[in-house]
Amino acid sequence: MGYLILKRIAAAVPVVLVVATIVFFLLRLSPGDPAMVLAGDMASPQDVAEIRARLGLDRPLPVQYATWLGEMARGNFGVSILSKQPVLDLIRARLEPTFVLAFCAIVLTVLLAVPLGAIAAWYHNSWIDRVVMAMSVAGFSIPAFVIGYLLILGFSMSLDLFPSQGYVSPFDDPLAAARHLVLPSLTLAVVFMALIARVTRSSVLDVLGEDFVRTARAKGNVERRVLWRHALPNAAIPIITVIGVGVALLISGVVVTESVFNIPGVGLLTIDAILARDYPIVQGLILFFALVFVGVNLLIDIIYVVVDPRIRY
Amino acid sequence: MMNRRDLASLLLAGLATVTLIGGPAAAAEPKTLKVSPHASLRVLDPITTNAYITRNHGYLVYDTLFSMDAGFRPQPQMVQSWTVSDDKLTYDFVLRDGLAFHDGAPVTAEDCVASLQRWAKRDLVGRRLAAATAEMKAVDPRTIRIVLKAPFGQMLQALSKPSSFVPFIMPKRIADTPPDQNITEIVGSGPFKFVAGEFQPGVKVVYERNTAYVPRSEAPSAMAGGKVAKVDRIEWISFPDMQASVNALKKGEIDLIENMTADVKATLDGAADVVIQKRSGKSAATIRFNWSQPPFSDVKVRKAVQLAVSQRDYMDAIIGDEDAYQICPSMFICGTPMESNAGVVGTVEADLAKAKAMLAQSSYKGERVVLITPNIVSFSGLAPLTQQVLRSIGINAEIQTMEWSTFLSRRTLEKPVAEGGWNLANAVFTTLDLYSPLANLNFDARGPGAYTGFVNDPKTEALKNTFAAESDPAKQKAIAEEMQTRAYDQVFYIPLGIYNNFAAYRSNVRNFIDSSIPVFWGIEKN
Repeated sequence: MGYLILKRIAAAVPVVLVVATIVFFLLRLSPGDPAMVLAGDMASPQDVAEIRARLGLDRPLPVQYATWLGEMARGNFGVSILSKQPVLDLIRARLEPTFVLAFCAIVLTVLLAVPLGAIAAWYHNSWIDRVVMAMSVAGFSIPAFVIGYLLILGFSMSLDLFPSQGYVSPFDDPLAAARHLVLPSLTLAVVFMALIARVTRSSVLDVLGEDFVRTARAKGNVERRVLWRHALPNAAIPIITVIGVGVALLISGVVVTESVFNIPGVGLLTIDAILARDYPIVQGLILFFALVFVGVNLLIDIIYVVVDPRIRY
Repeated sequence: MMNRRDLASLLLAGLATVTLIGGPAAAAEPKTLKVSPHASLRVLDPITTNAYITRNHGYLVYDTLFSMDAGFRPQPQMVQSWTVSDDKLTYDFVLRDGLAFHDGAPVTAEDCVASLQRWAKRDLVGRRLAAATAEMKAVDPRTIRIVLKAPFGQMLQALSKPSSFVPFIMPKRIADTPPDQNITEIVGSGPFKFVAGEFQPGVKVVYERNTAYVPRSEAPSAMAGGKVAKVDRIEWISFPDMQASVNALKKGEIDLIENMTADVKATLDGAADVVIQKRSGKSAATIRFNWSQPPFSDVKVRKAVQLAVSQRDYMDAIIGDEDAYQICPSMFICGTPMESNAGVVGTVEADLAKAKAMLAQSSYKGERVVLITPNIVSFSGLAPLTQQVLRSIGINAEIQTMEWSTFLSRRTLEKPVAEGGWNLANAVFTTLDLYSPLANLNFDARGPGAYTGFVNDPKTEALKNTFAAESDPAKQKAIAEEMQTRAYDQVFYIPLGIYNNFAAYRSNVRNFIDSSIPVFWGIEKN
């Protein structure tokens, strides 16, 4: 296991480097100028030129790239062009809301979507199956911001059950945090749930036709036990794989959900930084996202081994 | 062992607990004012950037030597008294007693000189003042002396310049920072202190009452008068989406929305416990031409567009509510000391026949012109209407939409459209930026390198020099009228009307000062 982890971390280094390099050049080659954003819309060309020089943006791209690589090698992610705060501090301050939101969405998904998918498979072609699949299609089809606004309209503005926006840390006030997280977590979880429910249904359906399920029934197991103890665990590998892949879906959903519910996470930071052409923050965030992907995939590989002892690396 | 039913019951119980025991959203602290500002604050230095949000932040933290009152008159703020020599070349300003920065250090004349010098390197009016100045120095800890090379009749107006860039006073050690480099330490002598430890760029800014601040005794009037902080703490909470801030205000999660347009106001009309206030500060929409490139390098093409524009059409389209807009041909804005109808051509009512005839006499030969516009709300209706106006007289106009940062960069380009340039752009100002003939960017007529549009008119630049030297209000007005006549004749830009913005706050918030720039002193919260 230790060898697996080391191997994956080593493989991640070139991946992260390539991603960061592509982003570095894409950012510089795209229209827009952070010096212009910093100076404001009434600045003279001379003012902007002075700020560009001060920021080092007037130097040739290869020189900027080499400087940036050198700083990265020393662990210096730089400071925000606009606020002058260290990039690492800015990202660190935004991690908690995003992680808490994503964690709640994943927990909701696993608690609701996996059982729903399994039940749909069990009652294959019944009305229950059709309802679950219809919900799944709807979950895929309705954009997250529409779901978010509908939830706000219904549960916050009309019924006054939950706050309409904002974030409270669970470490400061767990109850207030829970109230603030219910609607955004649901919003974020809907697409994820739709995906996981479909995959679970399909995977369980495959397993239900296997010999060991027939054997379990022949041994006199009750149907509930056959489903939850025999079929579902054996259908887990594809579900876990999709959960891993779905983290990408989750990250794109986080950006929208954080905007709708005004949650100060990395999603909002990403949008702000891209719009302001705050290069150091965007680069830092892309590295962060790349590391998250690598980390999640590593975690999934480890879970494979735990769930299915037949798997060896 | 727990079965599915048990699990479902547990989940529902948990949800109910969270909902019911949690009760209503936690009430704000009694003296904390939670504000949704018009934009997110990211740049803290009010001299590096002219972003309005940074200017507003500056008014909380910093103080100024003079301030503009609601009647556009300069009033002393940090200054206790001043004298002018008979030849009008030497000004002595004496600071009020007891002024102190947030770090406890006294405000000295040296701090003021360093702050003014930094400001004068960035601001249009400041540059004129610097050019007219022979010497600026601290005579003693409380006296600033400015010695001029030639009379500068706009001295007090310059020192009370209300909008970006504002001559805020900061400690010398901070003001010595080059003006193109952001300051990182925010220490002023204003009525509120910036709380650096709670600053989250793009998320939240916190200010605390400066208990050591000694306000003037006069009643507050716009940016002038006594700045009495009546809440202990102000939190600016950024919202990426206007609807989210409206929802938050309705539910009492915030106390005040600083600025909203008429269409957003409509969503709050009739909301319980919410007060809507029309703000005296207005916005002005305009069409700007790129003078450096054909076809708008030809004044006849510009005149043709001028004749085709109706302010009412624009205001009806982008605002709608007649109570919230005003037809205003004055380039120095209606309701200000320099308001005038001198030289007005077209713009109020369209005359398409004349416009087409003028275009026929011009050098325009049917080529495509590019109208660039940013994808932000305040610009959303302007570009399609401008395209329609252009097409109505036979100009082949194409809209190119882009996000804000790209728009700002693109419109600085003087090169042809084929090489990434542009022909027209809409621009929106707050009227406070336009009332002064010296500060109004639409009168930056220096040609290449000037404000976007690159208006090139030496006669106007000469008139501005005359205006700057003049101290007689009647003569100033006459010069301003001559400038406006020239601007209409050469079609520097086209004014499209002015419109109100609104503030909305909870009914327990009182004494919101009606000012063009939102100020937070004087506000009380029960």
